[in-house]
Amino acid sequence: MQTHKYDVVIVGAGGAGMRAALESSTRTRTAVLTKLYPTRSHTGAAQGGMCAALANVEEDNWEWHTFDTVKGGDYLVDQDAAEIMCREAIDAVIDLEKMGLPFNRTPEGKIDQRRFGGHTRNHGEAAVRRSCFAADRTGHMILQTLYQNCVKQGVEFFNEFYVLDLLMNTGADGVERAAGVVAYELSTGEIHVFQAKSIVFATGGTGKVFKTTSNAHTLTGDGMGVAFRRGIPLEDMEFFQFHPTGLAGLGILLSEAARGEGGILRNADGERFMERYAPTIKDLAPRDIVARSMANEVREGRGAGPNKDYVLLDLTHLEPAHIDAKLPDITEFARTYLGVEPYTEPVPVYPTAHYAMGGVPTNVETEVLRNNTDVVPGLYAAGEVACVSVHGSNRLGTNSLLDINVFGRRAGIAAAEYAANAAFVELPANPSSLVDGMVEGIRGRATGERVADLRKELQETMDRNVQVFRTEASMKEALGVIEELKERYANVVVQDKGKRYNTDLLEAVELGFLIELAEVITIGALARKESRGGHFREDYEARDDVNFMRHTMAYRAPVAGEGFGADSPLFSDEVRLDYKPVTVTRYQPMERKY
Amino acid sequence: MTATVEEKTEGKVGAVPTFTVTIRVARYNPEADTEPHFEDYQVTAHATDRVLDALHQIKWEQDGSLSFRRSCAHGVCGSDAMRINGKNRLACKTLIKDVNPDKPITVEAIKGLPLEKDLIVDMEPFFDAYREVMPFLVTTGNEPTRERIQSQKDRDRFDDTTKCILCAACTTSCPVFWNDGQYFGPAAIVNAHRFIFDSRDEGGSQRLEILNDKEGVWRCRTTFNCTDACPRGIQVTQAIQEVKRALLTSRF
Repeated sequence: MQTHKYDVVIVGAGGAGMRAALESSTRTRTAVLTKLYPTRSHTGAAQGGMCAALANVEEDNWEWHTFDTVKGGDYLVDQDAAEIMCREAIDAVIDLEKMGLPFNRTPEGKIDQRRFGGHTRNHGEAAVRRSCFAADRTGHMILQTLYQNCVKQGVEFFNEFYVLDLLMNTGADGVERAAGVVAYELSTGEIHVFQAKSIVFATGGTGKVFKTTSNAHTLTGDGMGVAFRRGIPLEDMEFFQFHPTGLAGLGILLSEAARGEGGILRNADGERFMERYAPTIKDLAPRDIVARSMANEVREGRGAGPNKDYVLLDLTHLEPAHIDAKLPDITEFARTYLGVEPYTEPVPVYPTAHYAMGGVPTNVETEVLRNNTDVVPGLYAAGEVACVSVHGSNRLGTNSLLDINVFGRRAGIAAAEYAANAAFVELPANPSSLVDGMVEGIRGRATGERVADLRKELQETMDRNVQVFRTEASMKEALGVIEELKERYANVVVQDKGKRYNTDLLEAVELGFLIELAEVITIGALARKESRGGHFREDYEARDDVNFMRHTMAYRAPVAGEGFGADSPLFSDEVRLDYKPVTVTRYQPMERKY
Repeated sequence: MTATVEEKTEGKVGAVPTFTVTIRVARYNPEADTEPHFEDYQVTAHATDRVLDALHQIKWEQDGSLSFRRSCAHGVCGSDAMRINGKNRLACKTLIKDVNPDKPITVEAIKGLPLEKDLIVDMEPFFDAYREVMPFLVTTGNEPTRERIQSQKDRDRFDDTTKCILCAACTTSCPVFWNDGQYFGPAAIVNAHRFIFDSRDEGGSQRLEILNDKEGVWRCRTTFNCTDACPRGIQVTQAIQEVKRALLTSRF
């Protein structure tokens, strides 16, 4: 075991992690740990843009952006957080341009902007051009630009270091503080303990809970899982976004920018069906509404293809030169993976699991909450792993690239400033005992079940039962499978018993997080007897503000502070639910129509 | 012949047929082997399956110890560059049906970087070369309050080289790099190009000086392997030639 000491440790090197690192590393000694290489992070897969009310091409202001964000999130958004995000969006975009990001330009040479789902002029009048973009590879450009600036600043990275545990310790004052993290070095199999004054979790999402997903194989909810096992609650996990336009059968993302640039969704009859569901902004309605409408078309027999199981994204009326200039990557995906030529043929699409609105609860300073009011001193979170909550029950397109930049920056500053005035917290005795036990337990097992078999069962039940449409019966079925998988997980075996690059072992550990998070998602969804944003109950089709205009807070039982050691069972017997009020500032809930 | 059409599958897009294919993988376990050896695996594939799907099928159903890097699985993260039938490609962007599944498909680690295990190489020398060319915007003077103004034409000038995902397919397909690991390699030059030709940048002369080194652009022998290998379709050789021309004319 090796030990390291840094003022700030950032876990994750996607957009949020690197944006934090750029702030933190200029202020104090910072290490960034990532289970990949920084440029492999899934921020790079984001396509369509990053919204900010620059008003470069038409009238706009950040208050309209805030309203759209709140309404898009079906009023479960904490409005103080959304105001901060939309106000700071303008500087966040300008900062990226100054760092070198190659945005598309207007004829005057300013940053160009385009339309995006749910983003409107003057509180819903019409679609507005708010998304700042670099073709359909905006996330790629953000990831590269942030990495380039990390190289410029000499940020210290620990690549392929997989963080498996969060260390905390309770001081004489009875307050539990962050003390460090434990990481598994993939190339050697060695365990490393990093002691730090402050820790930023920026580990991304958990899309691999589902089978059909736009998410990378590596998005297994590690940060959420690590925090949850240590008694930190998870907020609003039942809200998962299904992006309307995944390549049918594959789930690969085709940006909403396709519709922002004029693409149209059609059913098997060629009908532009979104006119029926969202008469004003049609195909540019928020993702939850479009995904549900698509799934409904298929359910009612108007799906396209031999099995009538997808709808069509039609770009054929757009000029090929326009497609090449604005949507080069996604049209190439259609050609490469489905053999479809988007110039002349409509592209088969179907919703794909895309984004976790929920996560580790934080306040607007990115401090992690241990309950509805108290923070864990020294612990911060930003990006998809966190729930501020700026996305409420449904995130608007482009607001995740915005979230990682605004709250990543805030996390880096806050963590560094905290470290400047804090002492190191003493590490608990045997700091790596939990990880040692987990790793050796899996590696030492001689016979048992395959990781891939369990994962497949988990993903299939989640796709079948906890996807766009949910019912009490479907979710109970999923929970039954999950309960069984929790038991079977104790029996998983890996064939690779070695130390070097043991990705077999890595996948086994990841599966543990996936099972745990699938349970939290499903239990939260079962208890939320209403439909709101990305969570749609066929047995409770209306939004219920009287009973459910509140955030879900899921706790692992036993509650925080009772200790979780090497001998504790990996999974809890029970997920305890509590609720947290929504912060409302200027927008009272209204019926959500587009 | 190892490819035989077996059945029509149901529920998949366009009802694609499945077939059996042999994947011949270069295996190397540093804890047991002294050198790499090939092992054959039979996998069942759909017409829409990528080589990465075949590798996953091996790892998940036959031999969990097979090790390779991958993440996004659709050609944007750059994790899974490997030699497939002797050519550098991304495993997630190469459809099995497109690489002649009638014969065994060979899969090896990319060449020229230290082999660590199976299909995994040490990427550090590659990233070291990248970091050496100052791959970041260099500016002087006061910053404007808003964004810098840049015409779309000036923006388009370096568009091609902004697409790089640092997968190393180009650099590890270059015969000069195989023989001389000190050579910066195509990817580093591509990333220098991205800034040299950015109208906002003021670090061009410094970068050109770095690339004028004996291990710099002049080692390029224009074999075009890099251009063929690039999964993003970047005209890599052309970019290198443009950097050479900028060095000769001091114009960029």
